Amino acid sequence: MKPAPFDYQAPHSLEEALALKAQYGDDAKFLAGGQSLIPAMNFRLVQASLLVDVNGLPSLDFVREAHGGELRVGALTRQRKLERDPLVARHAPLLRETMPYVAHPQIRNRGTLGGSLAHADPAAELPVIAVALGARLRAQSMRGDRWIAVEDFFKGLFTTDLAADEMLVEVALPALPPRTGTAFVEFARRRGDYALMGVAAVVTLDGDGICQQARLVYLNAGEGPVSAQQAAGLLRGEKPSASVIEAAAASAGDEINPMGNVHASPDYQRHLARVLTRRTLTLAFERAQQNRN
Amino acid sequence: MTTLHPISLTVNGQTYERQVEPRLLLSDFLRHELGLSGTHVGCEHGVCGACTILFDGQPIRSCLAFAVQANGHNLTTVEGLAQSQTELHPIQQAFWEAHGLQCGFCTPGILMTLVPFLEENPSPSEADIREAISGNLCRCTGYQHIVDAVKLAAEKMK
Repeated sequence: MKPAPFDYQAPHSLEEALALKAQYGDDAKFLAGGQSLIPAMNFRLVQASLLVDVNGLPSLDFVREAHGGELRVGALTRQRKLERDPLVARHAPLLRETMPYVAHPQIRNRGTLGGSLAHADPAAELPVIAVALGARLRAQSMRGDRWIAVEDFFKGLFTTDLAADEMLVEVALPALPPRTGTAFVEFARRRGDYALMGVAAVVTLDGDGICQQARLVYLNAGEGPVSAQQAAGLLRGEKPSASVIEAAAASAGDEINPMGNVHASPDYQRHLARVLTRRTLTLAFERAQQNRN
Repeated sequence: MTTLHPISLTVNGQTYERQVEPRLLLSDFLRHELGLSGTHVGCEHGVCGACTILFDGQPIRSCLAFAVQANGHNLTTVEGLAQSQTELHPIQQAFWEAHGLQCGFCTPGILMTLVPFLEENPSPSEADIREAISGNLCRCTGYQHIVDAVKLAAEKMK
């Protein structure tokens, strides 16, 4: 299949791009990496009147350290760069660990961080990581700019808090507290396919080795990245052990709401969630104990 | 009728200037406008890898980019691999010798994936090789001879 006809603009400044989006609203789509948008257009699941190609805006492509050890990443940063950037590896090892699971190198050479987040596919890895790390997202429009907490960003299937005239321009990942461990594990039928289930864990221990904070976030487990809050609650105040991990894994399997697909029934996805939660938490606690991120 | 956009790009060292409709996929542009039909079109949604080319030296799916986006960029397709009509690129030579292809439909995409991979990983393990070609589907070989060919290519390129 081929895309339906559309108009194309490749602005050279952010202002120009935002002016076009302000003018055309939902009839215009930003084209970043295009690795989800173009297949959707090829299948004619998406028909836009205007594509605003933002690939000519290098000011949106950066990885830098901000105050307090926060990592700032431009929305146009290619996924391949996230995989290889030493600052990402140091500040957001969870993001680094996850990148090889995101499709294939050929896709990651084009696909961007901002594009994946704005697309808000419940099966995608990057929204899960953004939630697990407590990201903040900066949206810009002709009206100004605002920071959005990640909890307020994802609004359901392929839906975000971004208004029709806004562009996601930057992502901030906060520094992790000491004695924090992170891990990501997913299960796909073939490497690079959309995973049937995946989970990111972020756990923080206190000086006595008691779990202070925990986050468990799942892909393909509902209408967006799904945080298993009851399961995380079972970890807080506990010393990590096989039985504590088992209890959290069981709870997470019940708590998430997978919809099933041609490759996996919801029950099988819940089963996967339990198994993967066990593995991910075991890794994350080990890393927290080693004070290694 | 949408507006035509002028583009200028380099493919295999040669500069081309064309007028393109925005919706023209880069894969179709290479095949139909430039006659470079070595770039194959399989799934057109980024799964099969048959249309993989180098875009500024990095492998991408040419079915997941528009020709208009290639304006000002430097592309390499499978036609650009061999130095001459009589001498194959070492990776092509290795695929020939190790029977790394049967029908050959997936081969151009695999070769274009492997060029930067072997430049970055001159001594890949079997696991590295399988990971590297995970984005390229082959329905004939069962991959074993492809993996053998990549090992042979790595030896040849040392």
